[in-house]
Amino acid sequence: MPEINPIVILFASIFTSNMVLANFLGMCSFIAVSKEIKTSIGLGQAVTFVLTGTTIINYFIYHYILIPFGLEYLRFIVFIITIAAFVQLVEMIIERYLPSLYYSLGIFLPLITVNCAILGVSLFMVIRDYSFIQSLSFGLGSGLGWALAILAMSGIRKKLERAPIPKGLQGPGITLIITGLMALAFIGFSGIVRIQ
Amino acid sequence: MIKLKEIKNIFTMGLIKDNPVYRQILGICSALAVTNLMLNSLVMGIGLIFVASFSSLTVSIIRRYTPKHIRMMVQTLIISAYVIIVDIVLKAYFPTMSDALGPYVGLIITNCIIMGRCESFAQKNPPIASFFDGIASGLGYTFVLLSVAFFREFLGFGTLFGISVVGDWWVNWIFMIMPPGAFFMMAILIWVANSFSSVKEESTVTGGGH
Repeated sequence: MPEINPIVILFASIFTSNMVLANFLGMCSFIAVSKEIKTSIGLGQAVTFVLTGTTIINYFIYHYILIPFGLEYLRFIVFIITIAAFVQLVEMIIERYLPSLYYSLGIFLPLITVNCAILGVSLFMVIRDYSFIQSLSFGLGSGLGWALAILAMSGIRKKLERAPIPKGLQGPGITLIITGLMALAFIGFSGIVRIQ
Repeated sequence: MIKLKEIKNIFTMGLIKDNPVYRQILGICSALAVTNLMLNSLVMGIGLIFVASFSSLTVSIIRRYTPKHIRMMVQTLIISAYVIIVDIVLKAYFPTMSDALGPYVGLIITNCIIMGRCESFAQKNPPIASFFDGIASGLGYTFVLLSVAFFREFLGFGTLFGISVVGDWWVNWIFMIMPPGAFFMMAILIWVANSFSSVKEESTVTGGGH
């Protein structure tokens, strides 16, 4: 188990090894949903919440069920089922008890099951052999980093609406270039902390 | 039985007209992550072709017996089962490649291309056509991976498939190996693909002004 301070992991996963900008995870919804600031905030919150929850659950399942029975190779199936079940459960709970939150967040929840950042964080956790506290801060930090990236992106795209962009580059093309510039800016943080 | 012409049609759709990455912007997470070396991209592409074709085949075979409202879950499980096979084979025969690809092999599960093809094609078509459709969209994806990796590896290391193709005078563009290089390269290729296809559309469709 690597001896890294959980606080360091938290900040590193927000800034230096950001899920979108350094690991390319969760790009699909990042490009598709980053048109409106309001929806980006909603999706960012939902992703942060689900990421933290599923990372904790998957940590316990992996270390207390899969390893004792020698079933590590089943982790892909088990992780994806956990994620799908967790999302479904959260959807039902907030629909029942927090209807106002459900209306602002509800439509994003089904999208999250197929967000590769969620599965990616669980797989990274296994590969890097994190302890429980480290996994917790890794999940939370990755979620916050993803939310930060999509929020910044939607703000920039709002400003770009009236900009003259070459026809072939409109939409996904220009979004990728902005993401590249953002990734460059985030690389500037990489001297501070490092977890890989 | 399926005709040869239909298969040909499926392939042109998957590779060019409906290319999953350039035309539909699907599955680019892994397209960006593994393209710093051509060898990695090739292995990833082969893995994806395998998973896409066989999961389309399986989904298509059981399409009449799958209840409508749980079909997404069934598809995900089928895809995960094939991804586990790919992961085990890689670990057993190519351990260094398995380390290099890291979590991105497992992330084939959430690659929207496979899910998309299962949902939009395999769910409605007979098994053999679905199998070829899986291969075609997998090939389209591999083609994109290799084209991105070609430029990134050539500019970043001066090599192709690990073999040096330029002399000692070459200065590596470290930038191309880093994440921003992947984003810029992908954007440029999408731009090229879009301009080509829009030129074609304009010349075939009466050339109307925009």
